[in-house]
Amino acid sequence: MEVTVDQVKCVGAGQCVLVAPEVFDQREEDGLVTLLDPAPGDHLRAAVDEAAALCPAAAIGLEGPR
Amino acid sequence: MTDSTPAAAPFPLDRPNPFDPSVELGRLRQEEPVSRLAYPDGHVGWLVTSHSLIRAVLADERFSSKAEIKHTPVARASVSDEPRPAPPGFFVANDPPEHTRYRHLLTGQFTVRRMRELTPLIQQCTHTCLEEMAWQGPPTDLVQAFALPLPSLVICELLGVPYEDRAEFQRHSASLARVGASQEETVAAYMALTSFMRELVLAKRARPADDLISGLTGSDLTDEELTNIGFMLLGAGHETTANMIALGTFALLSNPDQIAVMRKEPERAVEELLRYLSVVPFTVRTALEDVELAGRHIKAGESVTVSIAAGNRDPERFADPDTLDLLRSSSSQIAFGHGIHQCLGQQLARIEMQIAYPALFDRFPSLRLDVPPEEVPLRADMLIHGVHRLPVTWDI
Repeated sequence: MEVTVDQVKCVGAGQCVLVAPEVFDQREEDGLVTLLDPAPGDHLRAAVDEAAALCPAAAIGLEGPR
Repeated sequence: MTDSTPAAAPFPLDRPNPFDPSVELGRLRQEEPVSRLAYPDGHVGWLVTSHSLIRAVLADERFSSKAEIKHTPVARASVSDEPRPAPPGFFVANDPPEHTRYRHLLTGQFTVRRMRELTPLIQQCTHTCLEEMAWQGPPTDLVQAFALPLPSLVICELLGVPYEDRAEFQRHSASLARVGASQEETVAAYMALTSFMRELVLAKRARPADDLISGLTGSDLTDEELTNIGFMLLGAGHETTANMIALGTFALLSNPDQIAVMRKEPERAVEELLRYLSVVPFTVRTALEDVELAGRHIKAGESVTVSIAAGNRDPERFADPDTLDLLRSSSSQIAFGHGIHQCLGQQLARIEMQIAYPALFDRFPSLRLDVPPEEVPLRADMLIHGVHRLPVTWDI
């Protein structure tokens, strides 16, 4: 699974950091999303799926085998 | 209106009990999730009641948040409903790119990490309120003793508002949110709060401290923009959380088997309370162009009210939706909205509630209502749902 994030779309709500803190973080200066792990293991798939579904700005993309 | 279009009805404000939204909203969600809505100014727009369609509207930038084109579904005698532009900096009523510029200046101040760092401060504020409440003794009004002062203390600390000005601020803020307030009261409250914030901004420019407003004085925002942003944050961070704390406590006292769950798993439990109560019951967008939504043709210029309360009780999304079940997974609740305007302060609100409810029941294990539940006065006429007072008592 490959994860992408779009900092232009991101509105810094922090939902992804709550749901999948191993994968997503927020930049100190502006709170926008950063990736800690662009290729998280299968054990994180459910959390990343949920983060993408909850993201209010549709700023999280998922690719690869589902 | 064509013959095939059902007649538009006004927004249903009635509630069968303190916690559930109008039964009519549930009927609409099932039979007609995009229905015609009669606005008090004569406009005929739309009402959306299903979880998935509400998310679709709020995520779609063809639906605007601009104040100057918005029709309001609930009449307020106190406020002219004539659409007019938002004051500069009042970015809840802006679209991109204006909204993006303002929001991105603030998102760094409300991150998950920064809000977690506030935990000791929030615990201290909570402790202060609860010890004062214990010292005063039972019975008391939980709204005045705890639900209002706690978020007020926290947001005032965050913004750097002097402690001695808070009572005045609370009075003005309450009359702004009240549907039944007279026009004079509302205008007076608005003017007072604006000058309050302007003075705060000027004070922070002159003598910056370690707070949010001081931090923003380093940006290119004007005094007017900063004043309006501060005004918006003060209001948003205050009234909503206060009503969640009071109404949430009422809900827990009405479902006493749930109190142990709240004390044990506050993070999960708070999401469910947010879902169940939806203290911001609706929000409004206006179509910038013609949009097809679930087979309905929404025309440019028509306002669309989304019922957050109906969406959070959608059985397609939440099994047995009218039951408060603090153990369920409610992470897809939409109490903070959805789309680019989703609540900026949601992480702060979560932490305040995760601390407040367990601390309240730890300090007062015998807490109970001091009146029959039907005598608790509801803010049924308000834009934010909640209670005016929550009379409680406990054993000493």
